[in-house]
Amino acid sequence: MSIAIGTGANDFGSDLLPAPLVLRTERSRSDRAYRIVASGAGFGTFAVLFLIGLFLLIYSVPALHSQGFGFLTHESWVTSGAHPVFGIGAELYGTVIIAVVALVVALPVSLAASLCISQYAPGRVLRFIPLQRLLITLVDLMAAVPSVIFGLWGFFVLQPRSADIAQWLSAHLGWIPIFKVQSAIFTSSYFIVGIVVGIMIMPTVTSLSREVYSLTPKGEMEGAFALGASRASVIRRVVMPFGKGGLIGATMLAFGRALGETVAVAIILSLTYTISPHILQGGGGSITALIVNDFGTGGKRLGLSGLLAAGLVLFVVTLLVNVVASWIVTRTAARRAS
Amino acid sequence: MTDVLDKAAGRDTPEEPPRGTGAAEGVGAPAAGASGGAPDPPEAPEPLGIPRRGRPHDFSRGDVVLLVTSLGASLALTWLLFNQLTLLSGPFGFVVVWAALFLLLHWVVNVQAHDAKLATDRTVGTVVILGALVMLTPLVLMTAYLVDKGWHLLSWHALTHDDAGVEETCVAGFKCIRPGVAHAIVGTVEQSGIAALIGIPAGVLTAVYITEIGGRFTRAVRVVVTSMSGVPAIVCGIFIYAVWVSAQHGLGFGFSGFAGSLALAVMLVPAVTRGTEEVLRVVHRDLREASAALGAHEWRTVWSVVLPTARSGVISASLLGIARIVGEAAPLIVTIFGSNYLNANPLTAQSALPLLAFDQVKLPLKSAIQLGFTAALVLYIVVFVLFVLARVLGGVRLKGTLSHLRRLLRARRLAGAIDPGGEPA
Repeated sequence: MSIAIGTGANDFGSDLLPAPLVLRTERSRSDRAYRIVASGAGFGTFAVLFLIGLFLLIYSVPALHSQGFGFLTHESWVTSGAHPVFGIGAELYGTVIIAVVALVVALPVSLAASLCISQYAPGRVLRFIPLQRLLITLVDLMAAVPSVIFGLWGFFVLQPRSADIAQWLSAHLGWIPIFKVQSAIFTSSYFIVGIVVGIMIMPTVTSLSREVYSLTPKGEMEGAFALGASRASVIRRVVMPFGKGGLIGATMLAFGRALGETVAVAIILSLTYTISPHILQGGGGSITALIVNDFGTGGKRLGLSGLLAAGLVLFVVTLLVNVVASWIVTRTAARRAS
Repeated sequence: MTDVLDKAAGRDTPEEPPRGTGAAEGVGAPAAGASGGAPDPPEAPEPLGIPRRGRPHDFSRGDVVLLVTSLGASLALTWLLFNQLTLLSGPFGFVVVWAALFLLLHWVVNVQAHDAKLATDRTVGTVVILGALVMLTPLVLMTAYLVDKGWHLLSWHALTHDDAGVEETCVAGFKCIRPGVAHAIVGTVEQSGIAALIGIPAGVLTAVYITEIGGRFTRAVRVVVTSMSGVPAIVCGIFIYAVWVSAQHGLGFGFSGFAGSLALAVMLVPAVTRGTEEVLRVVHRDLREASAALGAHEWRTVWSVVLPTARSGVISASLLGIARIVGEAAPLIVTIFGSNYLNANPLTAQSALPLLAFDQVKLPLKSAIQLGFTAALVLYIVVFVLFVLARVLGGVRLKGTLSHLRRLLRARRLAGAIDPGGEPA
């Protein structure tokens, strides 16, 4: 950046005072190029997000035109023939159900784990094991494990073993509609997929809420301890209220992640096209599994359009969830700063 | 905070005398004042009917006995429930019931030995630690399972051969050619490499825009980046399908490894941007101002001062981002199509490790499932290595390691150089 120094107009109207110096910045050509490139990258993200929406919309037009609003409610997927009837009623429902089950599984565990890491884990054990850092690293590693590996493990290991629980729930709590089972198929259900996706989103919730909890003001915690509070009540009365916004934001981000989880769901879930409230019953719908399963076969124009329309719906839903989540996170961060 | 104050004032029933071993640990704890009136000398063994209260951090030998006893008792009870009364079954349920019974028993025993407040405190602590264990159990089990299943399949042969023509030769009764994952390794390396070449510069530049240039759109760009990091992988995939692969409204280049790279790059950019932005923010303002004062151009400041200072963070963010996209199968399903042959040309259909694992394990063939597990294990190792590299190069070193020691020594030497007479810090 070069700085030009010159004399500006004299505002004081007096001839006695020298004209004040005016500093003008003039960017060199290289700096202008640098600014254009970096801004281009910044606005490129806008462009990509816009293009995702635009292209998915363009491709979805035939499907949306053919089915109208029914695309969101129909429980079938017949895209060829004289009267194609297809829609993502069951898939949209299933996607949400899986994410809800995942949250029910993940939230308590993640809450406990994040409190353990931020409040209980000693910085160092036996003088040389950095337990807290070790736990944080392990949680990050878990977040990096590919979803196809979670899917494999869930399919081959977790599914056979958790069928017992599903059986027990349906036998003893079957009077609650969601635990009812019509035929004794307990595999490939929303329940098992939900558990696996729940395990996958645990690191997300844990690391985000752990970060917030570890920012709890030391003074307030020590004040509570000085008043005779036990650790449990310090957590309940100081740490948890402080980190409430962070926990909600983390939960919503994880919810968005769970909505978009693809490979693990596609490996475990067997796809059906009907809305069923029985989460233990085998079979269910999921937008992501639908796209993956039908992509090879849905080469025809309307079928492909339907799949991309399903993708568009998923895109819009996850975008909404994410924007609301980040709004909550920034709002609480701003309040903390003030 | 009222209940804390209430509890601190000793609302508990004063007529219950401290029992068991717990009595010993209350010594020295100041008896809470409200009902006591005048402060008692701390060494008094039992001040006038006021129960001595255990402090949260006290954990005496008696408490270990309580812990072990309740663990054992709950185990026995669970065993009774499962094996004798056979009300329930299954290993998973066993652990769940055991944990629940243990928590209940431990609480009751602690209420008896101490008081409800301490018992609740301990139960909360146990629940929290159990939560961390439950959270990490899948990671351990998954790693063990994958290594157990895939380790013996991992050979030099498997790493250097592709999956071409396996069924044919086996059916014809000739010598069976065992399949390998070489084609998937080549595909994954090329696709991730190209994605990194596109995604990392774009991500770093976006972060530079946010932190160094700023302006009216900074917040908007940050919101967009955050939203993009939440876009599902499969949506990135079908977006590239729509733009690049399909000829219907897109460019119509067909399925190729490069299309997969583009989809992965779309996912990589927000990951790199967020990580880089965090470290760029930490770079001290003085450094930028010093550089500007020396007459450096803006780009020179960023290139020679800001980015080198944040180098370890940028590398760490990039490697973590790559570790994340390497394992993504979803965008590849709709962009690279897959191939059985070793194909190093990324402009045509290729295979990839996550795609191979996903495709093979659901086939009803033992050899296919084995191939899938081999691919999954190789993928896991790749991700693990990238993760460790990110940690090591990223400067987020574990304390107590050699590098920590080295830094400590350097700090001492520096302190000695500055103040030779003083005590080294």
